[in-house]
Amino acid sequence: MSDRRLSRRALLGAAATVPAAAGLHGLVGRGGLAGEPARAASNGGAQMNGHAGHDSFAHASFAPGRTVDHRANGFDPTEILRDFDYGTTRRLASGRLLREWTIVAQDKEIEVAPGVKFEAWTYNGRVPGPTLRAREGEKLRIRFVNSSEHPHTMHFHGIHPALMDGMPGIGERQGAGQIEPGKSFSYEFDAEPFGLHLYHCHVAPLATHIARGLYGAFVVDPKKGRPEADEMVMVMNGFDTNFDLSNEVYAANTVGFHYVNEPIRVGRDELVRIYLVNALEYDPLNSFHVHANFFQHYPTGTSLEPSEYTDTIVQGQGQRSILDLKFPFDGDYMFHAHVSEFAELGWTGFFRVGDPSLLSAAAAAAAYCKLPWGGNGSPA
Amino acid sequence: MEAAAHAERPRGGLPAWALGVIPLALIGAAIGAFALLGGPGLGERTGPPVEEVSVERTVLRPGTIELTLRNDGPDSVEVAQVAVNDAYAPFGADGGREIGHLGSTTLRISYPWIEGESYEVRVLTSTGGTIDAAIPVAAETPAADLDFYGLMALLGIYVGVIPVGLGMLWLPFVRRVGSAWIVALMAFTVGLLAFLAIDAALEGLDIAADAPPVFGGAALVFAGALIAYLLLAAIDVYLRGRGDAGAGGSSGLYLAGLVALGIGLHNLGEGLAIGSAYATGALALGAFLVVGFAIHNTTEGLAIVAPMRGGGASARPGPGRLLGLGLLAGAPAVLGAWIGAAAFDPSLAALLFGVGVGAIARVIVQIAPSMRDGAGRYLHPVSVAGMIAGIVALYVTGLLVSI
Repeated sequence: MSDRRLSRRALLGAAATVPAAAGLHGLVGRGGLAGEPARAASNGGAQMNGHAGHDSFAHASFAPGRTVDHRANGFDPTEILRDFDYGTTRRLASGRLLREWTIVAQDKEIEVAPGVKFEAWTYNGRVPGPTLRAREGEKLRIRFVNSSEHPHTMHFHGIHPALMDGMPGIGERQGAGQIEPGKSFSYEFDAEPFGLHLYHCHVAPLATHIARGLYGAFVVDPKKGRPEADEMVMVMNGFDTNFDLSNEVYAANTVGFHYVNEPIRVGRDELVRIYLVNALEYDPLNSFHVHANFFQHYPTGTSLEPSEYTDTIVQGQGQRSILDLKFPFDGDYMFHAHVSEFAELGWTGFFRVGDPSLLSAAAAAAAYCKLPWGGNGSPA
Repeated sequence: MEAAAHAERPRGGLPAWALGVIPLALIGAAIGAFALLGGPGLGERTGPPVEEVSVERTVLRPGTIELTLRNDGPDSVEVAQVAVNDAYAPFGADGGREIGHLGSTTLRISYPWIEGESYEVRVLTSTGGTIDAAIPVAAETPAADLDFYGLMALLGIYVGVIPVGLGMLWLPFVRRVGSAWIVALMAFTVGLLAFLAIDAALEGLDIAADAPPVFGGAALVFAGALIAYLLLAAIDVYLRGRGDAGAGGSSGLYLAGLVALGIGLHNLGEGLAIGSAYATGALALGAFLVVGFAIHNTTEGLAIVAPMRGGGASARPGPGRLLGLGLLAGAPAVLGAWIGAAAFDPSLAALLFGVGVGAIARVIVQIAPSMRDGAGRYLHPVSVAGMIAGIVALYVTGLLVSI
């Protein structure tokens, strides 16, 4: 059974890369590369299973033999994917639930592509910042400590009073507004509306503060929940490593091509939910496309009814979407920005679909973690 | 000298050589100590490391782009990733990914490039800095095998040796015509050479702009010119001392030899340009180009034979000597084409173009007296007309060979 599955996967992997390889080499035409597609395809197949020894151009990739040092970075995109930060809770006298977090802004050098260092500004030492998750109607308190050498804020997308907007110049006398190095402030507001939002720094120059890495996803679950699913967060971002106002590296969750090297393992016929946020700076649009499949699209996640059944969506800066899908077949399926430039500069990954019972224990645990407020909502 | 040394001795008590060596040793010791102590008082550098990298050579093979990088900056540079036309591509580095000060490495990038398209190769360093290399029109780099060297030799012969030889067929004409014609022909040669020198200087400076600044860049053109001028002047003085130069140091054959040498050094640079242009695919080898070069360089042959007039055995050289002159002027084009195609280096090319300029300048100085009129004036109607004709002739034929 397991053998058959492997060969089937290898076959699917190879099949998936043949069109890409043939397409590229087909363009070469009379360039003397007849016979190349077959070699490229077999290499492509090999790459699907471990991604060692790249020596042809089956798809864009980094140089072989070196990967990003996640330990030095202090975060791993594979872990960020399913890492929801629920903070701590306590019951207020009024009976309402108060959910609290402490977020620290820190300057930190991170590796965004193998061997390429970037002087990032981070929330809690990671890019993207922690995925803050709450439930509709709760009271939220986010204590923000600025340990960076630069002034910062946390500006949440949501509904809140002006003082809590994380906006320089507003509420400076009350200690809000721009938070200088060494200072702190507690943002307090209600979790509304439900949906998928984001937070980011709003200090000028705005593009710099965002491009340096100060952003994260903010999920507000609806009271009645969403159908149980293997949930994951993808914050689409990019890095302007040479500071020329355009990005050299593109990714979902910071490290280019990370999910090519470590495909996201999901179960066949299991519901997969992607919380997709566009935090990309300098490029007006970003997009998401999944191969060989379609998804239900919930723009901003503010409705429980999908708006569209599609395989490609476009997001402007700050836009976000919840995507629900199931993979009916085993194999490796690419996902990437359908802006080819971004895809080939790092914003590409793979889903590896297999029998749910064969998923590793850790992946299974991550995939089926229960929400703290009791289950992942009512079944579909 | 010895007397002087003896005269110094009683005063210093040390031999003259020691007085010369001691300061040198002290300077060496001071520099050594300064380096060992890490430059006391200067502190750490301010700002991030400086990354200055030049792309010295681009080679295209099927499915592969090779870039040779040279680190001109003070700090070492580490190549991290490479993108071709906004797509990351796998690559290997022959000289390692870390390039030290003045070091170089060659990146072999796997990429299915397409003939005729243009590419922008972006090298990302470990600090996130970028080095860009443009490939305006992609074409396969010819392999440097025996056939290729044969082709380059043939090219050199076509554009260098044969046209110069054809130009020398004017020798009988030169011998027959009167002295006014000779003055005009010498002026024609001077004008032609002056234009060649300007052309070569501009081309050398153009190439120097692409050369790593650390090796001198444009300064190499001037250095090459100065060195060539001085060397030719020294050779001239030496030959005069031996009396080979004939009466007045301006016998016909001697002047012809000088002109041939100057033109030969110039053709070395020209061959270099042709060879490198061919190797990078920027040059389409067609009959038109070869014919153009032939006409262009034929005028150079005329310039060689122009000084060979009048009586005397030395002014009636045999076929062997004429062939030698032709080869001296034309054959360096073959050598230049080989160097240009196989190992084009912008710094070397700039230096060689400079050498051509200096050689021509020296030749002009040498042959200028033969365009004087009876009153000893350099500028008179015949010489001015001749020089202008030379400039125009080279300009017009040059239109046929603009690469």
